[in-house]
Amino acid sequence: MTDVIEQTAAAPPGAAAGSPAIQTVNLSKRFGHTVALAGLSMSVPRGEVFGFLGPNGAGKTTSVKLLLGLLKPTSGQASLLGRPIGDLQTRRKIGYLPELFRYQGWLSAREVLALHCELAPLPRSSWKDEIASALDTVGLTDRAGDRVGTFSKGMQQRLGLGAALLGEPELVFLDEPTSALDPVGRHDVREIIRGLASRGTAVFLNSHLLSEVEQVCDRVAVVDHGRVIASGTMDELLSGTAVKVRVTGLDDTGKAKLAEFGAIDDEGDQLTFTNLKPDRVPELVSTIVGLGGKVFEVSPRHQTLEDRFLQLLEEEEK
Amino acid sequence: MPPTLVIARLTVQETSRRRLILALIILTLIVVGFSAWGFHKITTVTNSAGNVLPPEQVALITSQLLIVVTFMYSGVLALSAAVVAGPLISSEVESGLLLSILARPVRRSEVVIGKWLGLAILVALYAAGSAFLEIAAVDWATGYMPPHPVQLVLFVGAEGLALLSLGLLLSTRLSGITGGVIALVAWLMGWIGGVVGDVGTGLQNQAVENVGIISHLILPTDLLWRGAIYAMEPDAFIATMRAAGTVARANPFAAVDPPPLPFLAWVVVWFGIMLGLSIWSFRTREI
Repeated sequence: MTDVIEQTAAAPPGAAAGSPAIQTVNLSKRFGHTVALAGLSMSVPRGEVFGFLGPNGAGKTTSVKLLLGLLKPTSGQASLLGRPIGDLQTRRKIGYLPELFRYQGWLSAREVLALHCELAPLPRSSWKDEIASALDTVGLTDRAGDRVGTFSKGMQQRLGLGAALLGEPELVFLDEPTSALDPVGRHDVREIIRGLASRGTAVFLNSHLLSEVEQVCDRVAVVDHGRVIASGTMDELLSGTAVKVRVTGLDDTGKAKLAEFGAIDDEGDQLTFTNLKPDRVPELVSTIVGLGGKVFEVSPRHQTLEDRFLQLLEEEEK
Repeated sequence: MPPTLVIARLTVQETSRRRLILALIILTLIVVGFSAWGFHKITTVTNSAGNVLPPEQVALITSQLLIVVTFMYSGVLALSAAVVAGPLISSEVESGLLLSILARPVRRSEVVIGKWLGLAILVALYAAGSAFLEIAAVDWATGYMPPHPVQLVLFVGAEGLALLSLGLLLSTRLSGITGGVIALVAWLMGWIGGVVGDVGTGLQNQAVENVGIISHLILPTDLLWRGAIYAMEPDAFIATMRAAGTVARANPFAAVDPPPLPFLAWVVVWFGIMLGLSIWSFRTREI
């Protein structure tokens, strides 16, 4: 059994300059017979907000843990900020909000942030300002002296985000950063991510909330069963049209006959054809009517990330 | 401050904030108070002739009772070390607490050593503090002072550290409950192994005696306990035991000889092996 990676070799001069924030080549991870990640190859430039999407168990969190050196890859290579993963010095420039975590419930929010300032490590003279800034950014200034054990899940997530922002990192990993937040909190997180991007920080965002990803990410990759099944800018990914049809009178057999029109998001009386050209709408309507369906509404619209996501997953299943 | 010391400070701080230290202090004060009262009674009770006991008899009874009371202290220390060390790493892996710490420039070896160091400080403080209070109480109540109080503290403290080291090793791979239970069972098995070895010595049966030697090598808590006993026994008592021959050695609350030096050297190596295994185990664990 080999060690989980920890390296401290000095970086060659200029090695990290101009290098991508994240670079992976055929990064793979197996747990026994289960393939968690199957050959992830990608590059995230510095300063970019990169969305990493996928259903549960797709390999998103595994990818983040591999990149942070918390797991050891089965094969492949990866680097962060121009240095191999696991490099201790690189971790000084990285912020990380885990998906499932808690902090020491017996510490106050201010003490948790001070602990992370110390471990980062940041100069002691900067701690006060760093902590005040982080607390203000995540809206916890009023609760700074309260024990974390008294915090709600959403407040703990805010605190985790604050800890990830300490020291103005060059790269921030956010693993489901809004899963416990209310709409106001989600809006705040989007603003924080935009703020990070504006100062040149690269953000690697794992999220199930596709509308959120759509609003803040420059590029996205969709991962399923440990493989990237699509990646690109929003414009590249969302070039198609989705058509929503409100219909009654169609049974499962009838709906199955509509498969020729592409991937369908079936929500009972509402069917969304996630990638259908507008000129095929009349044909679609006549087919539905021919199958005995009653059409109440047909509304073509620009494809959303959710449409595209569902389409990609459906195509992947075939 | 280096990460190792930060983790050690955090470990001490956690036990303090969770009021474990306060609970131990209060319990210790209660036990010391009761035992001081009990020991004082030894000086006032009368024998069948209606006379108070002579000083040498008071000293003998006190030394034997002090061994039993110290056995309780060492048990509390061993239990506390095992129960606290059992979940020391595993619970923080399960809760995700270590994810954010290990994403910082912190080595896993620093986490392991820091946690060991933090708990070792507490074990040492408890061993020294409780021994000081108890010995002072006994001295006040009966005028008896065990012959080697410093060695007593060192042996009892080392026994606690041994359980702490075993618990920490188990904590790198097993859940807190499982690790704690295994450490406790190992401690009891080690004690029983020592008793079996003593029986072998008494019977002059080498095979049975080897059971004790092997158990002492695997987990040295029992022989460390014997070292603590030896530090509490008056010279006259030891001379009597030696005169009684090998049969007198078959007693889990008596020690005729101090732990041999090679064994004490092995204990130092054993601690190194435990800590080394803990670091290796945690470094190779994927979280």
